[in-house]
Amino acid sequence: MTRPSTGIVGSFRYLDTLLAAIARLRQAGYRDLQALSPVPHHAIDEALHKPASPVRVFTLIGCLLGAVTGFVLTIATSLHYPLITSGKPIVSIPPFLIIVFELTILFGGLLTLGGMLLNARLPQVHTVPAYDPRFSEDRFGLWVRCAVTDFDAVARLLESAEAEGVHRVEK
Amino acid sequence: MSELTYGQVDRDILRAMEAPGRLYYIVFLLNLLVLAWGAFAWRYQIVHGMGVSGLTHPVMWAIYITNFVFWVGIAHSGTLISAILYLFRVRWRAGVYRTAEAVTVFALFTAGLFPLIHLGRPWFFYWLLPYPQLGGLWVNFRSPLVWDVFAVMTYMIISMLFFFTGLVPDVAVVRNRTRGWRHRLYAFLAQGWQGTDRQWRHYKAAYLFLAALATPLVISVHSVVSWDFAQSIVAGWHSTIFAPYFVAGAIHSGLAMVITLLIPLRRIFRLNAYVTQSHLENLAKLIILTGLIVGYAYIVETYIAWYSNNVPEWQRFTFQVTGEYAIPFWIMILFNSLVPLLFFVKRIRTSTPWLFGIAILINIGMWTERFVIIVTGLAHEYDPYSWGLYFPTWVDISITLGSFAWFFFWFLLFAKLLPVVSIAEVKEELPPPMKTVGDEA
Repeated sequence: MTRPSTGIVGSFRYLDTLLAAIARLRQAGYRDLQALSPVPHHAIDEALHKPASPVRVFTLIGCLLGAVTGFVLTIATSLHYPLITSGKPIVSIPPFLIIVFELTILFGGLLTLGGMLLNARLPQVHTVPAYDPRFSEDRFGLWVRCAVTDFDAVARLLESAEAEGVHRVEK
Repeated sequence: MSELTYGQVDRDILRAMEAPGRLYYIVFLLNLLVLAWGAFAWRYQIVHGMGVSGLTHPVMWAIYITNFVFWVGIAHSGTLISAILYLFRVRWRAGVYRTAEAVTVFALFTAGLFPLIHLGRPWFFYWLLPYPQLGGLWVNFRSPLVWDVFAVMTYMIISMLFFFTGLVPDVAVVRNRTRGWRHRLYAFLAQGWQGTDRQWRHYKAAYLFLAALATPLVISVHSVVSWDFAQSIVAGWHSTIFAPYFVAGAIHSGLAMVITLLIPLRRIFRLNAYVTQSHLENLAKLIILTGLIVGYAYIVETYIAWYSNNVPEWQRFTFQVTGEYAIPFWIMILFNSLVPLLFFVKRIRTSTPWLFGIAILINIGMWTERFVIIVTGLAHEYDPYSWGLYFPTWVDISITLGSFAWFFFWFLLFAKLLPVVSIAEVKEELPPPMKTVGDEA
């Protein structure tokens, strides 16, 4: 199924009217909705029935990878050039754990960032057609992807849900 | 903050980013002059060798390492405010965390220079890193100096990630309101941010995990820095209390630095609605806590020097308290552990001049603390034959002043180019605009 690139965007002044509009549209069968807002709000995620973010998996993989890298780096390089210092064993785990810890955090952080960019589809060169600068300031937006034939029905729904403005994206 | 609206927040915070006045340029230029003088002193030291600084046997670590430890310490409070208070969901952090985080990043820029300045041949700095080379030689992972490289570099990278990630939704607001080269700069920093529910969902998850990773990291970094000393057998350094002692001291000095910078910032940019008196008061309360921990550490050090019945340990202690460096020692005791107790008085911690004055004294005291630890330890080691003193030359002093100018260079740029208070998080703390009053989601 290909997603239509056309749709309608409604702008809202209040959070509660936005949430009501989301509920109404979902009831009317429009599920391909995207909210745009200046602040994150759990109520929006709940209204849209979005699953939890998978970024945590990236963090976990990064941390594990970092820990393994730390052990391999310290142990392998020490064995590669075995030079006894202060009468300590060549593979001295306690001090190596410090390197392991730091690399766990470093790789965990880098993959968290990577996971966020990948999942949030960032960076983006062009903003989506539904974007309006006011959605970063003091308005909430609701982007409804739908076929051109549905435009009038969706516009009516948005207006009856007290959208301040309704804007059609037709290309 | 409840009377504010989203639009008002944008206007107030962006106003701080308007073209600067003449005073800003004058301060910036003066700062550049000091920075240039510091750079000249470093060049002089590279050309003529380390002998031009005051470093000599037996005190081979002195003011440069003092500066290194001081600046790493300054960085710590930023992470405390931005990451640890975020995990604890402390609401007042929204107004101050951007500044604190900027302090972290710039303090690390400064701290990172000092190990390089301290190298006799700074162009071989990459010898500190593990990389495959022809001889098959690798770095010694049993050395605290190598732990330090890993800890400080990880800290620098993670705090920059945290700083720039936190900026993304804010610079998107700025991007929409600017033209020309500024627009291109903010468009790059915003990475195409639009505030869709998908972006916010992943962004909040990532931010939470970055905070969770930064929290243990910040504790580890100053612990590792303290082990540079504690792992040696120098009397006065070889102590298990060093890690918590250094971490508390780091946060102590960092909080003082944040207060020192926030007070002029909120006045100049008229941000009193965002950085309120109660923010400063809360920071002052945190300083009471860290000041008490630092004071406790001083007492324990004294007690152990006596109770251990160890001759070099006790000799070094008496030297510290009554010797050539006694004045810095008593400055450290007075400014770090006694003066902050004044914050127990509500009238003092709510008065801006008192806050500013005490914060400056703590900054001085904490710098002195590092100097006392490092120099008195080395000046008075085991064998009386090898005792000696350290006095800074013009090169040491110029490079130290230059490092402050380097820090303020970045901070002054930040104050004008980026939102000094987080727009998105301040809005998040406000009640969302609702049509039906009393029906809060």
